[in-house]
Parts: sequence; structure tokens; C-alpha cells
Amino acid sequence: MLYREAGDFKTSYAEDNQTFPIKFDRYAYYLLLVAAFGVVPFFINDYWANAVLVPFLIYAIATIGLNILIGYCGQLSLGTGGFMAVGAFASYKLMTAFPEVSIIVHILLAGGITALVGMAFGLPSLRIKGFYLAVATLAAQFFLVWLFNRVPWFYNYSASGQISAPERSVFGINVTGPNVDAWAQYMVCLVFVFASAWLARNLTRGTMGRSWMAIRDMDIAAEIIGVNPLKAKLTAFAVSSFFIGIAGALLFTVYLGAAEVGEAFGIQKSFLVLFMVIIGGLGSIFGSFAGAAFMVLLPVLLKNVLVGGMNWPTDVAAHFQFVIVGALIIAFLILEPHGLAQLWRVAKEKLRLWPFPH
Amino acid sequence: MNTMTENSTVGYVTDDGRQIGGTIMEMKNITLRFGGVVAIENISFDIHEGEIRAIIGPNGAGKSSMLNVISGFYHPQEGEVWFNGKKRPSMKPFEVAEQGIARTFQNIALFKGMTTLDNIMTGRLTKMKTGMLSQAIWWGKAAKEEEEHRQKVEEIIDFLEIQAIRKTPVGRLPYGLQKRVELGRALAAEPKLLLLDEPMAGMNVEEKEDMSRFILDVNDEFGTTIALIEHDMGVVMDISDRVVVMDYGKKIGDGTPSEVLANQEVIDAYLGVSHD
Repeated sequence: MLYREAGDFKTSYAEDNQTFPIKFDRYAYYLLLVAAFGVVPFFINDYWANAVLVPFLIYAIATIGLNILIGYCGQLSLGTGGFMAVGAFASYKLMTAFPEVSIIVHILLAGGITALVGMAFGLPSLRIKGFYLAVATLAAQFFLVWLFNRVPWFYNYSASGQISAPERSVFGINVTGPNVDAWAQYMVCLVFVFASAWLARNLTRGTMGRSWMAIRDMDIAAEIIGVNPLKAKLTAFAVSSFFIGIAGALLFTVYLGAAEVGEAFGIQKSFLVLFMVIIGGLGSIFGSFAGAAFMVLLPVLLKNVLVGGMNWPTDVAAHFQFVIVGALIIAFLILEPHGLAQLWRVAKEKLRLWPFPH
Repeated sequence: MNTMTENSTVGYVTDDGRQIGGTIMEMKNITLRFGGVVAIENISFDIHEGEIRAIIGPNGAGKSSMLNVISGFYHPQEGEVWFNGKKRPSMKPFEVAEQGIARTFQNIALFKGMTTLDNIMTGRLTKMKTGMLSQAIWWGKAAKEEEEHRQKVEEIIDFLEIQAIRKTPVGRLPYGLQKRVELGRALAAEPKLLLLDEPMAGMNVEEKEDMSRFILDVNDEFGTTIALIEHDMGVVMDISDRVVVMDYGKKIGDGTPSEVLANQEVIDAYLGVSHD
């Protein structure tokens, strides 16, 4: 009864094309924006920022990026960790080389550099598909991590081989380095997330998104109606890597502060983001958020319940956490292979009719 | 009559009184081989502007291969393809699409994850020109272009009477409707030449009648030149202006339906004589 579209008539194609065609959705979205930008920053503390919100926002960007590649364009990639490393190291080199330039510019440039690297590693996609492409991108993952480990120029010849983010500020407020407030970290990530989601939504609903999806669903037919496969696949790799690079740069500069490439951007990161995409729902921006939230929040929740609620020893809880998260992922894939986004769609269909059965 | 080049011929008038234009496409001595197998052997034929041209023949005659040569999937070892009075260099399928040739497939090749509307909108890809940045911010040009093309697509949706399934993912649609959506996607490109690969395969009589009507209407209302492959002889003889008959990669007949029906070689190919 509450959630309905009756009486909500569309009189122009522009209205029909909007992101949230149902009024209720639209207002819920505005409310969420107001809360995220206007309320949360005043109440956020270090625990919530570091354990929950900042990683969630950063992984949401990475998931949107990978979702464009896998969910929209159908090109399987396991190189996410490597591309995040490119973003992190690019932002590190830029920050140390040009300290006077704003960090926001550096993060965007890091995204641009990652886009170029992503395009280079996307070239095999013109010849190979599916699992074979996944293996080719796996090569990118291992090569990039090896490169950042082995070439000291990338970590400015530091003895430990680590990179650490120098202190930088935006409008006089610290956003990186040791003296940074939780709300500042949160706000930087939120702005990037909002912009990424908005850009991704626009790109996927227009000509470009349709040519990606055409390649995904049937590449031969896509070509016959005029999609240039080279252009479509490479733009998907570029846009995807751009977002993943920004996520990597934010992860390093704003969240971690210091990073060692094998540890922070290893293969497990590629799989983590891939799980987020699959659990959230392929080909859905909302799903990217849902998947990131699921994979970030679930371990935190389990830890609180097991250690805080049931007084288990920390190490046992940590081991069980793997078991439970793993089992849940498998259960999920069996019960709803199309991810949380599909669950949400079904729920909305039901809500539309509620409380009537038909 | 028009400004065609030297290889064009003048048009003709059909039995039912329609004026057909000059040559729009000409295949000259096409030979296509896959290894030792000769799929098409030295075939020449032309397609005139505004006509409905059928290609028929028994299974394995090389009809689909011929369509694939026209749409750029296969590149013949010998022979020339002339389109719009110009010799066509070897082209990729998407370049052929940009030239104004659209097609449908024997086995439906729709984008199953996308809605009917999105599927037909993809048909207009070659006409949509806004850059990536403009699309990314969805301001001004990109949004306006989207609306203009939506207008055109809605006209096609009206024409094919598929308004009710506009927002349905095509994977959920029944076979006959999917065929219709695929025709819509090809029409959205506003092609100069429309290739239909067995548009009526697997349909019941009613669906066949509907599809025949749409094909005739497309030809009549938009003036689109159509080349089609079809097995249903009744349909072919009814709707096409001229027919090419192929058998074992060779052309065995070419002419109006009545001429072709009277051709002894064609009768042999269909009814079967011993090839000794």
C-alpha cells in the first residue's frame, strides 16, 4: 500500500528514463543522500569509520568498477588487486613528486593512469573470452604486484619496501596521514562514491552501456548492428580500471595510510571484489553497494556477535568467521544466483501489491 | 532516371505496379571456400532498390553463407561486392552496419538480458554520436539525443505492435515476439538494405502471416530494400519480387517467382533427381 506506482504517470521520455522512476524510490534516495552527507558526518566516530563505513565506501567504488567490466560488458577479470595497486602506487608517486598539487587531483590522475594500464591488459580480451580471459587478467595481477615489489623506484627506495601516505589536506582539513579525523576520511570517500555511482549509472544507461551489454549478451549480433568490439571492450576496461584505480588510491591514502603491495593488493583482494560483484548482483549499480556492504559488514557483525555476544575466544571466532562467511556465500549463490540486487527487485515487486496476494 | 554509376541498371515495374529502382547491391562472381569445401561457387546476382529479393535453396545450398558474405562475417576468396555503386573493400561486420545494412539471424540473436526497448535502442547505435564524457554527465547533448532516438524507437514499437512488452527482458518473451523484436532492432538502424535470415522459421501459420505482413509493410512504408532467405515456398512466392535459387553452392535459377517455378533445374533440385 505504501509502496506503489499507481497514479504516477510519465508524460515525457525524460521522465520515463530517470534513475528512480517511482516516486517512493526517489524520495527514499534523496533521504539517504541527506542522511549520508548531512547527518552521519556529525555522529561518526573512529570505530565506525575505520571498521565499517570507510572500507564499505571504498570497496563500493571498486565493486562498481568491476561490475562494469564483468556485469555489464561480460569480460571476466581477476586483476582487480593489481589494478588497485596501480592506483595506490600512482597516487603515492604523484603525492611525493608534486606535493603542492591537491590530493583530489592526484587521486583522479591515479584513476586515469590505472585506466591506461587496464586498457593495455584488456587487449587480450579481443581474442579470448571467459575463463581464458580470467587467466590472462590473473597474469596482470601477479605481474603488477611483482613489479611494485621489485622496482624500488615505485616505493621511492624506502628500506622496508612499504609506501606510506604523507599528510595532505583539502580545504585546510587533513584527509591523509596520522592526524586525520574520522569524518574527514568518511566525507572524502563519500564524495568519490557518489560521483562514481552517478557516472557509472549515466554511462550504463546510454549508448555506451548498451554497447557493453550487447557485447556481453551476444557479441556476434552486437557487431552486426554496428558495435565496434575493440572500442566497446577497451572502453569497458578503461572505465572499470578508472574506478578500481580510484578505489586503490583511496584505500592506500585515506584508509590504510601505509601499504605493502603483496599484502594490501594481493590476489585475495581480487577475489574479495569479485565476490562483492557476484553477491551484489551482476549488472547492477545498487548491487555493487549491496555486495560491498555484505562483504564488509558481515565479518564485523559476526565478530561482534561471537566475541562480544557469546564470549568466544578471539582466535576461535576468527576461524569460525571464515567458515560462516564461506558457507553463507555458497548458500547465497545457490538460493539467489542473481545476487542481492535481484532479491531487492523481487521484494519491490511484492511490496507493490502488499497486502494483497495478487 | 538517376545518378547511378556504370554498373547500375535501370529499374523495372513489378506485376502489381510498383516502380523498382536501380541496382543497390551487386554480387559479382563470388566464390567462398572453407578449406577444401566450396560453399559458394562463382555466383553473381543483383538486388534492386526497393525490391524484395528472396534467396532460396535446399539445406546446405550456401544461402546463409551468402548472407554472411554480404554482412561481412565471411570474406570471399574471389569476386566483388558492389554496394551503392561502389566496390566494397573487405569490411568488418560493424563497418558494414555503418554503411546501412542490417540483418536478423536464423537463430534469434537478441540481447537476452536487456529489455525490448533497450534491444531496439541498440539498433540505433550507428546513429548516436555523443561522446563518452557527455554521456557520463548525462547533460545536454547525451540526454537530448537519447530522447530523440527514443522517439524513433517508439515509432518502430508502434509499427510492430509490441508496446505492451516494451520493458520486458526479451529472454522471457515467446519465440514469435522475439522474432518481431529482432526485426525491430534491425529496422531501428533505418537500413538501406535489410537482410532477413529465415524470418519465419519455426512459426505457425498465423505468426507467419503476421510476419509476412510486417515485411511487406516495411518494404511499402519505409521503402526498404529487403533480401530474405526462407524455406516456406508459399510465402516466398507470395511476397518476393525476384528469387535467386541456389543448390550446392551454385546458382541454378534467377527471376520472378513464376519464372523460377517453371525452371526445370529448380524443380529437379527441390523434387530431387539422381545426381549421377
